[in-house]
Amino acid sequence: MKTLAELQAIKEKMQSQVDLRNESHAGTRVVVGMATCGIAAGARPVLTAFSNLVQEHKLQDVSVTQTGCIGLCQYEPIVEVTTPDGEKVTYIKMTAEKAKKVVEQHLMRGTVVAEYTIGNSDVS
Amino acid sequence: MTELSLNVLDIAQNSVKAKASLIEISVDISTAENRLTINIKDNGCGMDEDTVNKVTDPFYTTRTTRKVGLGVPFFKMSAEMTGGHFNISSEKGKGTEVNAEYVLDSIDRMPLGDMPSTVETLVLYNTDIDFIYKYSVDGEGFELDTVQMKDMLGGIPLDNPDVAEYIRGFLRENTDEINKDKTF
Repeated sequence: MKTLAELQAIKEKMQSQVDLRNESHAGTRVVVGMATCGIAAGARPVLTAFSNLVQEHKLQDVSVTQTGCIGLCQYEPIVEVTTPDGEKVTYIKMTAEKAKKVVEQHLMRGTVVAEYTIGNSDVS
Repeated sequence: MTELSLNVLDIAQNSVKAKASLIEISVDISTAENRLTINIKDNGCGMDEDTVNKVTDPFYTTRTTRKVGLGVPFFKMSAEMTGGHFNISSEKGKGTEVNAEYVLDSIDRMPLGDMPSTVETLVLYNTDIDFIYKYSVDGEGFELDTVQMKDMLGGIPLDNPDVAEYIRGFLRENTDEINKDKTF
């Protein structure tokens, strides 16, 4: 059984480090819709994938958060990516695999993955 | 929903929206009594009697984007279709408690699914809310208590990468140990 004792070790390790966390709010925001519609459509693994990948690639200025229903339930899981220049891209019908591509192309290289965006589907 | 843990995530989001500062979730399985019980309790804003009576109606919702609200009705249905029970009680200003009881071996009972993922998502994305999660199978179980964790960590946030990794491992390893190669 894993116990709280390990937490003490993490605390000691953290305290010996200089705090490198940069709490800037000017970075890129990734918002995952997590209402009933999103969850039922598979938003939980999408959210987990984004946060794991952001951590894995050490993307310091990217924050991953959740929100309620965006109002386009038939396109869930929906992910909105807002870059510091204020531009918002809406990705629809996301999966953990698609999240990987969005992280690598959009978040890391600045190229929107057009094929997953809402603009690319036949929604008016 | 394809697994009960997704219902739990969905219902707990209501507690988050109700501005709870403490959310308690418990999953208790008893093979002897052929029962699986899920309880979600918060100290959020609560609802008046009239509203509580309406939330199990799919055509009642507080959101403004559309006219249906399926979270609570889905959860209720998941329990009742196994021959189990569902109950929601709430008091304005005090909080809400949701209880779902399942017949464990019912063919209509959805699998419990990935509870560690649900709890991890709730804990790491709502670091300002405290969570107490209890999981037990036939009297043996474990507890995750963020009040205790925050106490030990001092000022280090729960979503710090090392701490998040620890929480993930804590939930997974302990769940596996309690389950003893069984899946529910």
